[in-house]
Amino acid sequence: MRRIAIVGAGLAGFSAGRELRRLGFDGDLTVIGAEPHRPYRRPPLSKEHLLADDDLTLRGADEIGATWMLGRAATGLDLERRAVLVGEAAVAFDGLVIATGLRAKTLREGADLPGVHVLRGLDDARGLRRELGAGPRTVVVGGGFIGSETAATLRGLGLEVTLVTGTPVLRSVLGAEAGAIAEARHREHGVTIRTGRVTGVSGTGRVERVHLDDGRTVPADLVVAALGSEPETEWLRGTGLGGEGGVIVGPDGLAAPGIAAAGDVARWPHPLHSGRTLRIEHYANAAEQGAHAARALLGRTSRYAPLPNFWSHLYGRRLQALGFTGADCDSRLVAREPGHRFIAEYRLRGRLVGVAAAGFASALPEYRRRIAAELA
Amino acid sequence: MKIRVDMAKCETHAQCVFAAPEAFALDDDDELVYDPGPDDGLRAKIEQAALMCPVQAIFIEQG
Ligand SMILES: Cc1cc2nc3c(=O)[nH]c(=O)nc-3n(C[C@H](O)[C@H](O)[C@H](O)COP(=O)(O)OP(=O)(O)OC[C@H]3O[C@@H](n4cnc5c(N)ncnc54)[C@H](O)[C@@H]3O)c2cc1C
Ligand code: SF4
Repeated sequence: MRRIAIVGAGLAGFSAGRELRRLGFDGDLTVIGAEPHRPYRRPPLSKEHLLADDDLTLRGADEIGATWMLGRAATGLDLERRAVLVGEAAVAFDGLVIATGLRAKTLREGADLPGVHVLRGLDDARGLRRELGAGPRTVVVGGGFIGSETAATLRGLGLEVTLVTGTPVLRSVLGAEAGAIAEARHREHGVTIRTGRVTGVSGTGRVERVHLDDGRTVPADLVVAALGSEPETEWLRGTGLGGEGGVIVGPDGLAAPGIAAAGDVARWPHPLHSGRTLRIEHYANAAEQGAHAARALLGRTSRYAPLPNFWSHLYGRRLQALGFTGADCDSRLVAREPGHRFIAEYRLRGRLVGVAAAGFASALPEYRRRIAAELA
Repeated sequence: MKIRVDMAKCETHAQCVFAAPEAFALDDDDELVYDPGPDDGLRAKIEQAALMCPVQAIFIEQG
């Protein structure tokens, strides 16, 4: 294998490139990235990065001896010629890593109006930050991690924040108990929570209101749509590799001979999830699976069975989750202490499959061992 | 090898503890403790820990 192309200059793509070099790959390495930026940390975008423009660049990208094609999106994949198409250009490869991540879903109506934002990339965060003075009434649509964090961060800036959500805050990702704690903290901090489905936004020249499906409206100077995301697989159209559910990777880490996928875009049969396919949209997985993709390309196949591992911020407290913590599990609070500290355990058919905690970091390594042992 | 953690940055995410438990641990007060001179054989794990640290607080000293 002499030429390896990586599409997507995010954490997974970078981790793959780094691991290829670490394993001694000394051929040509080309990284194609749609954003003009070197790989950077995305998690701060809904947190402290909305307050200050810190440098989020990941260290070490200069050291992997790659040709960086940044600000250029792959537009297609020619499987016969084995080349990535980048507009008129073609990058030929022997090995390919697909690491194009996700794109944020947009509102069905009015998404293009000034004052309406999504939050996926650095430029989105910068655009939002520039508009924070637009007026006080801010509406965040979506009660998942990004919606919850963004609401908390903007509230911390003193804006009037309404969080509109179809299902209770964080419930789908952390279950009823931890979700209720998060929701209570939002209310304590003065965030207005409205339950409802948003059909769109409207305004003259700029967003003025958010429409709910029951006919009500919420006035807004600024709207952040945090409606979830979908795998970025447009450029794979016609190849059979990317469906709506992401790029399917086999147990060997490959989506096709010589083609691996990693990070938010990749879906694979997870051995700890009864072998059902799964995508993990978490930072730690992007770093680990990127390295795994590199090993797979070089023929060093190994089982990939990471325990999902995520954190989120909420008013100065960090929530950490390990394993499976979705609303399909039975969840139970096993500790609750002053200072908004808690531990919630998650079970499926009686087995401990996940934990979420705020302020009990030192309990996590032991939980990790226990959950891994139960799922093994 | 020599490593350093910028404790002012560290937020005790424990990602490093998961990636390289031989070198990193959390004490009972949720504070990070680590071995500043881990065995060279751990290099791959330590490099992975440095990448996974959400706040990039882990530095691998050259030389
Ligand atoms: C606001 C926000 C907050 C988050 N907070 C947390 C958190 O607290 N904890 C946590 O664990 N995770 C968090 N995450 C998730 C975490 O950031 C992701 O799991 C991680 O970034 C995934 O890395 P990746 O490399 O797979 O994808 P990405 O980081 O999305 O990188 C993919 C790259 O590919 C590029 N690309 C897309 N299409 C093309 C194309 N056609 N050609 C070339 N390049 C292309 C994209 O522009 C992008 O740069 C957060 C995500 C967001 C958006
Ligand atoms: S991963 Fe980083 S922030 Fe977390 S404990 Fe280790 S050094 Fe600290």
